[in-house]
Amino acid sequence: MQLLDSFIFITIVKAAMVFAVLMTTLAYLQWVERKVIAHVQVRPGPYRVGPHGLLQPVADVIKLLTKEDLLPPYVNKPLYLLAPFLAMTMALLSISVIPFGPMVTVGPVKTWMQLTDLNIGVLFILATSSMGVYGIALAGWASNNKYALIGGLRSSAQMISYELPMSLAIAAPLLISNTLSLRQLVERQSGSIFQWNILHGPFPQIVSFVIFMIAAFAETNRVPFDLPEAENELVAGFHTEYSSMKFASFFMAEYSNMITVSALATLLFLGGWMAPWSVAWGSSLVPTGIFAVAGITALYHGFHAARKRDKLTLPVFGIIFLVVAGVFLLPVVQSWLLPLFWFAAKTGAILFLFMWVRATLPRFRYDQLMGFAWKFLFPVAMLNLLVTSFLVAWFAK
Amino acid sequence: MDVILFLIFALIAVVCAINVVVQTHPISSALSLVGVMGSLAVLYLLLGAEFIAAAQVIVYAGAIMVLFVFVIMLLNAGAEARTGRSYLIPGAPLLIIFLGVMAFLVQRIFPDTTMVRFGGFTGGGPADIGHALFTTYLLPFEVTSILILVAIIGAIVLARKEIE
Repeated sequence: MQLLDSFIFITIVKAAMVFAVLMTTLAYLQWVERKVIAHVQVRPGPYRVGPHGLLQPVADVIKLLTKEDLLPPYVNKPLYLLAPFLAMTMALLSISVIPFGPMVTVGPVKTWMQLTDLNIGVLFILATSSMGVYGIALAGWASNNKYALIGGLRSSAQMISYELPMSLAIAAPLLISNTLSLRQLVERQSGSIFQWNILHGPFPQIVSFVIFMIAAFAETNRVPFDLPEAENELVAGFHTEYSSMKFASFFMAEYSNMITVSALATLLFLGGWMAPWSVAWGSSLVPTGIFAVAGITALYHGFHAARKRDKLTLPVFGIIFLVVAGVFLLPVVQSWLLPLFWFAAKTGAILFLFMWVRATLPRFRYDQLMGFAWKFLFPVAMLNLLVTSFLVAWFAK
Repeated sequence: MDVILFLIFALIAVVCAINVVVQTHPISSALSLVGVMGSLAVLYLLLGAEFIAAAQVIVYAGAIMVLFVFVIMLLNAGAEARTGRSYLIPGAPLLIIFLGVMAFLVQRIFPDTTMVRFGGFTGGGPADIGHALFTTYLLPFEVTSILILVAIIGAIVLARKEIE
């Protein structure tokens, strides 16, 4: 009992759970991304390893772990080794302040679904993301390779430039919510979709949300702002000289940053783990409905199989979906599973947006990228902040 | 616990600060300076000034030092050559004397009762800083912003190419 209630024990268990879930998500996000892009481009995507390519991430991890770990002789060794470590650490560190749900009771223990709640949570995420620039910049410089160097320089310039509109876009909803703690931020958006910062007045933060998302694409070096790793110009950009797990850590850092930024957008603008409408109007039935429809569709296509292997795989998936739909109806788990579902659904929708954009948009030119940040995005973000703060002050009693 | 953390990060700060001067390569010096900024942020955090700690990391370590590193990389500055003469022999005793005098003066000017203690200060949140900036220190705050504006205009005037 004493052990179960102790702060250190709870924190270690929570950290282990968050880490395990995050690592699995990172691996499977890659699979989802390949599948999404493949389906946008009308091809099946990974299909060989496991049913519907579901074991592809495992194969990728084994491949990356067993690849030869090259250490080029011409690199600046300490910084070359430090860079991937730094990128990875800073990317994982910001997860520690993200709240995933409300307070839960597990047996005798009551705890928040969050590793730690800082009252400067938003600033902490900004600080770690600004330190993450070093990982990429140093990787480019320490590689002693002109393509890597240009990639590193491009990336640091881009990240510094887009950090400004991003910070301004973050500041506006903070003015409305009047807190820097991510947990309180979500709690002040409870009720319905009209309480979320994206729609909640005095000044709905839609402009802010769009600016934040654009800046988030640039901060995570994703298409259409992936100039640091533009293959046709820079081979592979800042990670040209990296192989094996060192390459994988940059890769994981990028995806981890994507998850953090999507979670942050969810918390700041989309009401975190809050349901879009109240339980009285049946918001608790939404996950069950979605999973049931998915399960029935899978079963139907399993019995009218277009391909031979679908006869086995689709019914299995269908039954799994139906079981999950049933689990969401159990009152025992509803108190923590429903918030978790809404949080995951919103974050997942934003992650899907990342993939959708990657599959459809071409890359910017570098001068366009900088001009866009400084001449358009920054003034608009500034104007939005001014209008918001004016209206907040006007309506404040 | 506080004292142990203080000693660790104070040591890191001092070692990094010495490293800034000792290293011959500009990148290593700049990174050591980042280390100093980071450990200073932890010290602020220990004292209860959480907003200052975050601002320290975001502004100094995250923005200003990234620009330093960026410029060093852009100019591709190499390791500087040693001039051969070392000022360590006259420097070290003078440094120790200087530090001793400073410690003595600080001890004299600020009596023991006015010192900040770990955990004794709680007014370091963003709201407290905001209140202080917009009430007590409004004039210095506004004057500083004008100073920065002048510096920005100056930078643009100096960097701008003459249009013929």
